Amino acid sequence: MKPVNQKAWLLILPVVLCVAFSAILPLMTVVNYSVQDIISPERRIFVGTEWFKAVMRDDDLHGALLRQITFSLAVLLVEIPLGIALALSMPAKGWKSSAVLVLVAISLLIPWNVVGTIWQIFGRTDIGLMGATLTWLGIDYSYTGNATQAWLTVLLMDVWHWTPLVALLCFAGLRAIPDAYYQAAQIDGASKLAVFRYIQLPKLRGVLMIAVLLRFMDSFMIYTEPFVLTGGGPGNATTFLSQYLTQKAVGQFDLGPAAAFSLIYFLIILLLCFILYNWMLRVGTANKENTGE
Amino acid sequence: MARIDLDLAHAYTANPQRDEDYALLPLKIRFDDGGAYALLGPSGCGKTTLLNIVSGLVKPSQGSVKFDGADVTGRTPQQRNIAQVFQFPVIYDTMTVAENLAFPLRNRGVATEKIKQRVGKIAEMLEMSGQLGTRAAGLTADAKQKISLGRGLVREDVSAVLFDEPLTVIDPHLKWKLRRKLKQIHHELKLTLIYVTHDQVEALTFADQVVVMTRGRAVQIGSASDLFERPQHTFVGHFIGSPGMNFLPARADASGVSVAGQNVMAASAALAGSGDTLKLGVRPEYVALAASGSPGALPAIVTQAQDIGTYWLVTARIVGDPAESLIRSRLRPEQAIPEVGDTVWLAIVGAHTCFYRDDELVSGVNP
Repeated sequence: MKPVNQKAWLLILPVVLCVAFSAILPLMTVVNYSVQDIISPERRIFVGTEWFKAVMRDDDLHGALLRQITFSLAVLLVEIPLGIALALSMPAKGWKSSAVLVLVAISLLIPWNVVGTIWQIFGRTDIGLMGATLTWLGIDYSYTGNATQAWLTVLLMDVWHWTPLVALLCFAGLRAIPDAYYQAAQIDGASKLAVFRYIQLPKLRGVLMIAVLLRFMDSFMIYTEPFVLTGGGPGNATTFLSQYLTQKAVGQFDLGPAAAFSLIYFLIILLLCFILYNWMLRVGTANKENTGE
Repeated sequence: MARIDLDLAHAYTANPQRDEDYALLPLKIRFDDGGAYALLGPSGCGKTTLLNIVSGLVKPSQGSVKFDGADVTGRTPQQRNIAQVFQFPVIYDTMTVAENLAFPLRNRGVATEKIKQRVGKIAEMLEMSGQLGTRAAGLTADAKQKISLGRGLVREDVSAVLFDEPLTVIDPHLKWKLRRKLKQIHHELKLTLIYVTHDQVEALTFADQVVVMTRGRAVQIGSASDLFERPQHTFVGHFIGSPGMNFLPARADASGVSVAGQNVMAASAALAGSGDTLKLGVRPEYVALAASGSPGALPAIVTQAQDIGTYWLVTARIVGDPAESLIRSRLRPEQAIPEVGDTVWLAIVGAHTCFYRDDELVSGVNP
């Protein structure tokens, strides 16, 4: 029989306490709200799963969810390839490399609401560089009036803000590939495309996994930038999940449905990340388990 | 396949002034078509740089590389049609073993049938036929390096195959096997092989001709016996052999050659005017016990006697030498082995004794 030493629990106690106060207790508060109808601090009624049912039947929510998923997918589809391409074209060493790194990282340092403001001005047709240029070119551009254009502007803003993160991660990944791989590929007569396909892309798998997860989670929780830029409009064309949630919880003070939806929101992110993570872990190593080893 | 002529120098810095600025000092080497060569030297002596210049990964800062007389200095490895195997295994993670081996052929548009046949043959040679369908990423370092070797050998029409210490990561027992395999491949395919190593046993067993390098200089090119019997440079004498050659400061004048103030040899015209830089070199194998007072022998006090299995290694300090030079001798175990503290007479002058002036061999001396 193995000797059992329960003292080890003491070592993880600090972590348990931290997580309890930072994550579990707040989450349980939300759970608490989600099953009660709180009329005033003294009057509360237990309603069971009623809020959950109500939220699930909410058409506005379905719209927001669909919009959110489309947006996150679009973000990944644009930012990941663009980030890789950017990293591949960045100079590898010398002062140029440092200069480009700083330039690329600048947008990452700007606070969310400032990004929204920047783009709000940038897109204005009277004084904004982009808006004025598009108008001058004869395009009837308006991010406040046209739903498609508002949507594209939000996407463009996110791409501008966050593609550098993907690029920096990929840049670090590329620098970690030993020179011998490139030399061997050169000896083997591999084309540039083959080098990318068989050396760079497989070696970037780890950082790409992090990039995809980070960008997915962040874009799924996006709030401040579209809120500042479009306020969720025109209509509700750019109302994403978190903004919808805020409208419910803070705007209308529907704490019960908002709490119920928070939990669903949380579970959606958890589930999608779990699926993405496992899929990416598997891709490229798929038949490793059943052959050799 | 090709004859390779090198006449070049290389510096990684822009404006080389002194010898130390050069990774490779000016050198001239010819690798004959179908020969097996080794570049031997300690770490940092420039052997990998030389290899990369031959393959085209590095462009020499001065001089030229010629394949069969045609200048290829500015050409890429692909245009030179070179195969090269690196020190650490390089495999393509997402491919199977077979795909890895086929990669150099596929990139050159070789017909599928031909690829299959070559990959099959190479896999058989490397004893990897059973693993062809396996994903390469999960294999051991040994197997990965075998794949790297296989990729180097899979093309039949290459100008030369270059190996950069390819057996470093391989287990010792497999090392012998693979080295024999390479030798066998060389005999079968008659490829020009150039092999970089810092291991003299590896170099001497693998190659017909060994290029010994130190500090960016190729000091001697020759067969194993050339390097052993007539080292052209004190570095070769010191580096080849276990232990290396004994070097003793010597003086030559009209009355003869003396070591530690004792005359050991008659005067030789070739050694006249050597001054202070003259050295006498003799391999421990050729230092024999001699009768007291015999010509060409010196008295010495034994400081160490070690049993190395098949022979004894005796270290002794020459009597009356102000520099306290040590001399090592390999003695057969059936001989009477002197004990520490004994005074023995060691014969250092014989047919195998060499003389060096400024570290270079002085030719025409017949002891």
